Amino acid sequence: MNVPHPKPSPTAVAFRRGGGRLPRTVHPGAWWLWALGLATAASRTTNPLLLALILAVAGFVVANRRSDAPWALAFRMYLFLGLFIIVMRVLFRIVFGAGAASGHVLVDLPEIPLPEWAAGIHLFGPVGLEHVLGGFYDGLRLATMIVCLGAANALASPKRMLKAVPAALYEVGAAVVVALSVAPQLIESVHRVRRARRLRGGAQKGMRALRSIAIPVLQDALDRSLALAAAMDSRGYGRNRHLPRTIRLVTGVLTLVGLIGVCVGVYALLDGGTPRYLGVTMLPGGLVVAGIGFVLTGRRIDRSVYLPDRWRLAEFAVAVCGLGTGALLYLTSRIDAGNLYPSLSPLAWPELAPLPVLALAVGVLPAWLAPPPPLTVPRAGVMPPAPETPVRPTTPDRGDGTILREKSVR
Amino acid sequence: MIEFRDVTITYADAPAPALRDVELTIPEGELCLVVGRTGAGKSTLLGAINGLVPHFTGGTLRGSVRVDGIETRSQPPREFAHLVGVVGQDPLAGFVTDTVEEELAYGMEQLAIPSAVMRKRVEETLDLLGIAELRHRPLRTLSGGQQQRVAIGSVLTAHPRVLVLDEPTSALDPTAAEDVLAAITRLVHDLGITAIVAEHRMERVVQYADRLVHLPGDRTVRDGAPAEILRTCDIAPPVVELGRLAGWSPLPLSVRDARRLAAPLRERLVGHTPPAPRPTDPTTGPLLSARRIIVRYGDVIAVRGLDLELPGQVTALMGRNGSGKSSLLWALQGSGPRQGGTVDVAGVDPGRAEPKRARALVGLVPQTPGDLLYLETVDAECAEADRESGAEAGACRALLDRIAPGIDGAVHPRDVSEGQRLALVLAIQLVAAPRVVLLDEPTRGLDYHAKRRFVRVVRELADAGRAIVLATHDVEFVAQVADRVVVMAEGDIVADGPTAEVVVSSPAFAPQVAKILAPAEWLTVTDVGNALADTDVAHRQPDPSVSPDARASAADREPTG
Repeated sequence: MNVPHPKPSPTAVAFRRGGGRLPRTVHPGAWWLWALGLATAASRTTNPLLLALILAVAGFVVANRRSDAPWALAFRMYLFLGLFIIVMRVLFRIVFGAGAASGHVLVDLPEIPLPEWAAGIHLFGPVGLEHVLGGFYDGLRLATMIVCLGAANALASPKRMLKAVPAALYEVGAAVVVALSVAPQLIESVHRVRRARRLRGGAQKGMRALRSIAIPVLQDALDRSLALAAAMDSRGYGRNRHLPRTIRLVTGVLTLVGLIGVCVGVYALLDGGTPRYLGVTMLPGGLVVAGIGFVLTGRRIDRSVYLPDRWRLAEFAVAVCGLGTGALLYLTSRIDAGNLYPSLSPLAWPELAPLPVLALAVGVLPAWLAPPPPLTVPRAGVMPPAPETPVRPTTPDRGDGTILREKSVR
Repeated sequence: MIEFRDVTITYADAPAPALRDVELTIPEGELCLVVGRTGAGKSTLLGAINGLVPHFTGGTLRGSVRVDGIETRSQPPREFAHLVGVVGQDPLAGFVTDTVEEELAYGMEQLAIPSAVMRKRVEETLDLLGIAELRHRPLRTLSGGQQQRVAIGSVLTAHPRVLVLDEPTSALDPTAAEDVLAAITRLVHDLGITAIVAEHRMERVVQYADRLVHLPGDRTVRDGAPAEILRTCDIAPPVVELGRLAGWSPLPLSVRDARRLAAPLRERLVGHTPPAPRPTDPTTGPLLSARRIIVRYGDVIAVRGLDLELPGQVTALMGRNGSGKSSLLWALQGSGPRQGGTVDVAGVDPGRAEPKRARALVGLVPQTPGDLLYLETVDAECAEADRESGAEAGACRALLDRIAPGIDGAVHPRDVSEGQRLALVLAIQLVAAPRVVLLDEPTRGLDYHAKRRFVRVVRELADAGRAIVLATHDVEFVAQVADRVVVMAEGDIVADGPTAEVVVSSPAFAPQVAKILAPAEWLTVTDVGNALADTDVAHRQPDPSVSPDARASAADREPTG
């Protein structure tokens, strides 16, 4: 459902272009709020029909609004991860604890007797349909939540997200950016040194071999880090950031406490079992406390962002749709919980009630409401060039791509 | 704009200062070229301009350095970001983000420049440096010259008044170097930026310089008009050496100036023929013959089925960055990938032989020689090399002493100079006694003296009957040492022949002497000097302190570090 069709029909292409709207990137925060809303909705139900609908919604929006950047292609990985979770859940149900099965027995596996001290744990035994279904529902719920987060990752660039972090967290963001750019260099230098080792005969074994690779690579990495640090320093990194000690302490405590509050609140909200007041008080409370901390620090930090993602109408629409889905399902769970948790004993077919379906219909709207993403490289076959977005010919540049191969043989 | 007053800089743990009693004033809008031998203190001088020395590197600074009236001791380097733009030796190492546009904006973000101004400046800078079509490209996929221009652009967006460049063209092929220098001169002439450039390859920059700062190596600094300083300077580009030889005054700094003065010299040289390349022994076959070599990385074809035979002479492999030179060398040695073709060295294919055997057939010194070194001392590396190649103890050290005498064996290989490290790796590879030696970009980071000594080493190796291949961008070095030049483009050989034949007519690969004396095929000042000395000794009374031979012998006494 998410895999791009090799040859989309003309209507599909017109649809992806967003009906004449200019392609632009949507604020990553909007996509994350939308995805969290969907995930909240998923956490509120074990109804496989609803969960499948949520998966379909997430997949549909991703397929229509993701860009062609490398991170966007990682969505498939999340799908596989979800599948793995479901399979594991069901397998565990069959292997352990199936002995307690009552009701419809699917297969009657012989139970392996366990010693006295492992009382309560069953290994194999009769496999009950209810039991397996329960595992499947549980796994599906978790898988759906993970796929929702995967959708956010595919729709919003992780690096752009870092750009949007509050100024107070800028240092952390910068560290992550640097780490992300140093990693490929490190891999490259390992390749280079390993190849160079062959030039000396490559006879060393064990620790000596490790050493002959590790020492030049580490020296290289150190040199690079120093050069990078010097470059960042001379380009003004860390300017205008002289905070008095007390302010630093206060903001640090505020931020930390606030973030813990947010974590607890989110947990309480997602986990139906915790008292409701915990989620309702901790999440906003934490947000406010952390917000004060961020504002206090951020006010002192003087820096600007190049081409910041603006929060415009489309962003509001996307975020409201996602949060609306979550809220509607939350509402349903209070009015008509039975529909969200299909009964296992007695076994009953899951049913779809109008309200949850309406909630999911709201969740799919961003597929139309969000503007289409800009394409960095036109992909032949997958995206035929639209008349108003002419394909830029790849510049016949003398350095084009060739530097890579020289790099790789150094 | 920049004032050094009585500056002495001493690094921590160093017995002697790196620079002492520096008095230097660089007025606004000048292009100032800093020259000096490796380890003479060029990087220290450049680093002191924005306070990286001593704020970042440690050490003590006495005296005062002022930029635009602000003293560097008063503030850390980041507070000079809007005033001084620094571009380091390896642009890739200084990049913080991963696309061109973001990199250009990074410095401005730190300076809290409003978003609208940022957009305007990014566009202007893209146009100024001619990199507009690269704006969305990932930085790692750019060629060396493009990276260097992006690095310059990324500091320019902060609108600095001073631009500091450390070796901006040393890793670039001649054409890419022209692009970068054109960008720099344009900034100086059109925007009035003060530029301070350190560069080993003076021949590329000296003609554009308004001021020359020379670090003679005794930790002091001399400065003045380029022609004035070069009259007595111990390092000089070929055009100046030719000018000294011919007694031209004022000394020409560019090929154009020299050519206008050279008519009498060209007449004097009529009747002399340049020395012929080293004759190859026709009785012995080629030491290495390669047939239909193919190297590819995925869709990219690096070497396109070429044939190459290497007799016992010095072959220079030239061509722009990414034309497949390195890939070819690695494929010939057998350690790199090779998707097709055969290599034959004494009946054996090094690609199919054991690494140990392959290295006894073909030795390769890679672009970053340091990759091969991993022990604590030079002596330990030498001993390890003896063990690896089954040579008798001390063989490597003896070789090293012949190539570069006087390296302290107890020193860490990282602490020796660039030229000495190259010599060490070359010695390590020569211990295995290969008949074919391949060197990838050996002159990167070598000053004129180290280069001249290296020329002699390469000649000796070739005289001993070895086949030497040098992949290099350095046209002057090729003119001095190579018997034959092979030019590659797009993984194929586009020209192959004796050095003079290939380079003299080429706008990119011709050495300065050839450009001045064309159409006669003279390549080096030494050749011209020898030819003149043969006949009209009476006309020429060279100052012994500046004759090429005297300089060459002085070059043997290079200090360590």
